[in-house]
Amino acid sequence: MIDPSRDFDQTADVLIQDGRIAAVGVGLGAPDEADVRDVRGGVVAPGLIDVHVHLREPGNEDVETIASGTRAAAAGGFTAVCAMPNTDPVTDNQAAVGFIVRQSALAGLTRVYPIGAISVGQKGERLSEFGEMVGAGAVAVSDDGKPVVSSHLMRTALEYARTFDIPVADHCEEPTLASGGVMHEGLVAARLGLKGIPAAAEEIMVERDILLAQLTGARVHLCHVSTRGSVDLIRRAKEQGIRVTAEVTPHHLTLTDGACEGYDTHAKMNPPLREAADVAALRAALKEGVIDCVASDHAPHAYDAKEAAFDDAPFGIIGLETAFAVAYTELVESGLFTLPELIARMSTAPAKLFGLSGGTLSPAAPADVVVLDVTARWKVDPTVFFSKSRNTPFVGRTLTGRAALTLVGGRVVHEAKARGAPAPSP
Amino acid sequence: MKSAVLGKDLLGLERLSPDQIRLVLDTAEPFKEVSERPIKKVPALRGKTIVNLFFEASTRTRISFEFAEKRLSADTVNVAATGSSVQKGETLVDTAKNLEAMRIDMVVIRHPSSGAAEFLGNRIRSNVINAGDGQHEHPTQGLLDLLTIRDKHGHIEGLKVCLVGDVLHSRVARSNIWGLLKLGAEVAVCGPDTLVPRGIEELGVCRFRRIEEAVEWADVLNVLRLQLERMEKGFIPSLREYYRVFGVTVERLERAPRRVTIMHPGPMNRGVEIDSRVADGPHSVILDQVTNGVAVRMAVLYLLAGGRPELAAAAKRATSPPDPLSTSWRAGAMGAPD
Repeated sequence: MIDPSRDFDQTADVLIQDGRIAAVGVGLGAPDEADVRDVRGGVVAPGLIDVHVHLREPGNEDVETIASGTRAAAAGGFTAVCAMPNTDPVTDNQAAVGFIVRQSALAGLTRVYPIGAISVGQKGERLSEFGEMVGAGAVAVSDDGKPVVSSHLMRTALEYARTFDIPVADHCEEPTLASGGVMHEGLVAARLGLKGIPAAAEEIMVERDILLAQLTGARVHLCHVSTRGSVDLIRRAKEQGIRVTAEVTPHHLTLTDGACEGYDTHAKMNPPLREAADVAALRAALKEGVIDCVASDHAPHAYDAKEAAFDDAPFGIIGLETAFAVAYTELVESGLFTLPELIARMSTAPAKLFGLSGGTLSPAAPADVVVLDVTARWKVDPTVFFSKSRNTPFVGRTLTGRAALTLVGGRVVHEAKARGAPAPSP
Repeated sequence: MKSAVLGKDLLGLERLSPDQIRLVLDTAEPFKEVSERPIKKVPALRGKTIVNLFFEASTRTRISFEFAEKRLSADTVNVAATGSSVQKGETLVDTAKNLEAMRIDMVVIRHPSSGAAEFLGNRIRSNVINAGDGQHEHPTQGLLDLLTIRDKHGHIEGLKVCLVGDVLHSRVARSNIWGLLKLGAEVAVCGPDTLVPRGIEELGVCRFRRIEEAVEWADVLNVLRLQLERMEKGFIPSLREYYRVFGVTVERLERAPRRVTIMHPGPMNRGVEIDSRVADGPHSVILDQVTNGVAVRMAVLYLLAGGRPELAAAAKRATSPPDPLSTSWRAGAMGAPD
């Protein structure tokens, strides 16, 4: 059992009662009526938490729903996800937030914490009603998918969010510099004849947000950081005590712009895949804690939308069902991270950043638990994913590690069927 | 269908070997003569159906391909399609499937998105020829430029060729860079930093920021077309200033230490990237490029259809070249490329 919240790493039993962790220890006796599961050989950990997913409901239920997305999350070992508000209509008011809360309760799988829009309609003009959205269940605000272009709006969002003590999560992209870009600006883009998005387009906004966090004293969370320059800026800000936190995706930790060769639209995402030096810097930053957590930026798209010329395909890939395995294979198997370090960045840290329950197996905590099988080797086959979408650049990759069992509030929400292969869709 | 010498598709010069490029140029030689005949037709592609699929306006390239196809006796259909960017993507998949269903032999595609030709090539069995994809490549233009340089100078290896102007947005520039480097030329690019991709030196090309330096260095200047919309998008302040700073003018060429061959892929903006007196001057091979375009495209079509290159090579080697229209060719040497 590994519980980074308490630096716990030893063989132990866990007793779950009434949806909560009742006790953790060696040789715990089980009550007579208990459902006893022997998960010897697996790793029991606090359920994984993903603070950045797109569930596409309402609006694009053809590519994902809250039910299918949370089923995919459960299969990926996630017990909680934060749903980004770029739905259709935009999740920018208490009714919309309440809808997501209700739909996720109906699905009864992984917990969903809505993120409300910063601006009404994500138009970047006026603030949406943070207070009412928080009242309905929102845990943060973001205009993700779009940057907050107006520095004035970003400032007021940061200041206003302080009242509710929620993070403001920003998608850092200077739109006039990134305009029309479809991949990282570099030699690969020059060769392929594709318009690039320079690293500076992200870094300008990272620095702006840091300056505004300093000005306001508020908490800014930087979504999907992708460049070494951003890492340097965040490191410096943290050293100065500015309240900035950051996330990184499994794909930015493992792939480079070379994945776009052959015009592979499954390597098209925003921010784009960068260079090997960026990947190395992101890994080091995650290890040091300059970047706080891993988030998937799960972004489902219809298969035929990605079946297009590179310029015409949408940005984004799915990630819930590969996030842990990609991170485990590339970071832990390579010896860079220990398993407790990875679990900390995929569970304990994100819970803390967004003020969510979970991320711990302390007694009395909700029994959001994952049993990880870190010996399972499996080949990525999106056709058996629970997600309704298939857009992953990891197709065909052999990865190590998966969730054998996922519990939310003590209830089994996912159980892997056979060893070595993910469970087939129901 | 996959040809033995060029593979299934011609998508770009980046992935051709030097030998494959030389082979196309050598194969183009006997085809030049076909266009000089009173009856400009050989039966090499008789019975083949070719679709010219143009998602972007083109006059020169489309007509050049069409002549090449007709002079090889292929049956051709022209499809002009335009639309918004999303519609383009949708149309492309559906178009690919529909073309496949009609059992055509080859598709010549021009598309505003880089990679569109490869996208199509990966989805249909027919041969695909890239007639320009976005800002990626325009391989037949690159080949005809190589042929024109070889005609003029007798060789390509060791020549200094500079591409002048909007390299950033130019598929012609990319195809030229790959083709020239593979055949051993020294390649440079010259233009303002706003119109040249950062890090292009890593491809193995020199970089000039002043046209005077390029003129002094080069044996050949390939002057790229400046799209007039570049000014609106802020890449250059004005066409007038562009001409003053980067225009290839008689005055600049007069200071060159050697005669500089002048090329332009067309259509030209006279008085913007090139002085009319230069375009029409004695060292301009701009119209030879157009003439060679038909021969090169005939060679590409012939080779992709499975035509045997040794016939063209034999034709080149012989002191008295065999007539490609001789009875033996008609009897099937070229006529039955399967």
